Amino acid sequence: MEFIEARNLCFAYEEADDSSQKTTKYVLNDVSFSVKKGEFVVFIGHNGSGKSTVAKHLNAMLTPSSGKVYIDGIDTSDETRAFDVRRKVGLVLQNPDNQLVASIVEEDVAFGPENIGIEPKEIRERVDEALKAVDMYDYRLYAPFKLSGGQKQRVAIAGIIAMRPDCIVLDEPTAMLDPKGRDEVMNTILKLNREAGITVIMITHYMEEAVLADRVYVLDSGRVLTEGVPEEVFSQVELLKRHRLDVPQATELCYKLRSCGVEIERLPLFSDDCVSMLKEVLR
Amino acid sequence: MSILRVDHLSYTYSPSTPFEHIAVDDVSFSLEKGEFVGIIGHTGSGKSTLVQTLNGLLKPTKGNIYFDGTDIWEKPKEIRRVRFHIGLVFQYPEYQLFEETVYKDIAFGPSNMGLSDEEIRERVENAAKFVGLSEALLQKSPFDLSGGEKRRAAIAGVIAMDPDILILDEPTAGLDPVGRDLLLSQIGAYHRERGNTVLLVSHSMEDVAAVCDRVLVMNHSKLWDFDTAERIFTKERELFELGLRVPQVTSIVNSLIDAGFPLKKGALTVEEAVESITEYLKREGRL
Repeated sequence: MEFIEARNLCFAYEEADDSSQKTTKYVLNDVSFSVKKGEFVVFIGHNGSGKSTVAKHLNAMLTPSSGKVYIDGIDTSDETRAFDVRRKVGLVLQNPDNQLVASIVEEDVAFGPENIGIEPKEIRERVDEALKAVDMYDYRLYAPFKLSGGQKQRVAIAGIIAMRPDCIVLDEPTAMLDPKGRDEVMNTILKLNREAGITVIMITHYMEEAVLADRVYVLDSGRVLTEGVPEEVFSQVELLKRHRLDVPQATELCYKLRSCGVEIERLPLFSDDCVSMLKEVLR
Repeated sequence: MSILRVDHLSYTYSPSTPFEHIAVDDVSFSLEKGEFVGIIGHTGSGKSTLVQTLNGLLKPTKGNIYFDGTDIWEKPKEIRRVRFHIGLVFQYPEYQLFEETVYKDIAFGPSNMGLSDEEIRERVENAAKFVGLSEALLQKSPFDLSGGEKRRAAIAGVIAMDPDILILDEPTAGLDPVGRDLLLSQIGAYHRERGNTVLLVSHSMEDVAAVCDRVLVMNHSKLWDFDTAERIFTKERELFELGLRVPQVTSIVNSLIDAGFPLKKGALTVEEAVESITEYLKREGRL
């Protein structure tokens, strides 16, 4: 079994309409996926596609209506194990202001470890290590409200890292940030994944971020529309456009040039790649 | 004559206290009637403070704002009237919905303007149409709407006052690509049909590049530059230093120009870049 496995995951709720007839609404309908230890997986899809509901299933904030989610072999439906699941999987949300609780950065990062009864000496070590991992160690004595959005979000991530989870799940962590803040947070996430080996699952609306993942799942109306490495997923421009999803501008540019008759052999995902390809074409 | 002239405007939070912070520092610019202007800048650069001074929510610490030639603070007691002319849609405006029905919520602004019921009804219906809210939705509670619909209802509430200048502070934040494109096209249609001035504050360089004629760049409380979108987004390296970026496609075309290909400068959208590259290939007889 892989580190994270979702098997035929359904999440539904009953909704009463005007005539108080109950109908079942499926937010997730037969979704299966798996994530290996150390992988970086991105979920994309538009609002209402079920992305955030997936995220909430990964640390047992929600449990399946039917189907199963296993985290490192633990069935998340087993309420007695919810605590174990949450120690393995940490969740980072969109708005950093809603996630910071203390008046000093290092105290905020210590909040989680304190709550699980870690020895003070070890808390100190964990907090320093976590703040260094997100490049915020120099700001450890700052008040969070003095920080920029990107810095606050990195402190929120440090708070999760200090819990030493195997996996972090991030639900649109850059949605409220300015361009520089987005870059800072993405670089931090990549570093944690590649250097510290932390499994990362991220939900995003930005295709420029999705292309950095090892694998991408596309959700549409509560189902998996397609899945694969970014090159595979984003080469399906028609499919994504039909489901009103974006592709990176670099990809779209080459796709459109190709349909104008320009000879483009493959669709690039990144700026640099696109520039060197187009240099060849234009030469 | 410019519709809005900002003259050496400064705004300081908590002046003469240890928390004193100059959020807007000696900013001057003018807006022409009917322009679509983008405001970009890093978090904390002063964008939101600036737009709040423009519609009289904050009183400038120094400097003046002239709307149609008149200082908006000439008669401080009448500042409320300025807000009928200069409408501001806040960040996450959906949190400000409060009425029993969407209709009443949108009607709140116009009903404070001393209009007849008939006029109010007309304005509410028109505003709802602009943002694509159906008649059926107008009788619902605003809290039963989806996130995107709530956002559009809140924007309709400001549009219904028919302001000469409409200011939107990050209207697409948190929306998915579909919701974002829909809202931007609705704002664009509103701008074209009414011919009003629109100011768009945004962190999305793609959005600003796609819809704005001119772009005002704020940096550490000061106005860094105010120029056409084409000229602003050719300053890729300088913008990067300010913590800003250019749209990916603009950056690609800029790099190709740097590499010596004679493409048209300042391609702001994928379509413009496609046109610029295919034109070059056609000129060269290779397409």
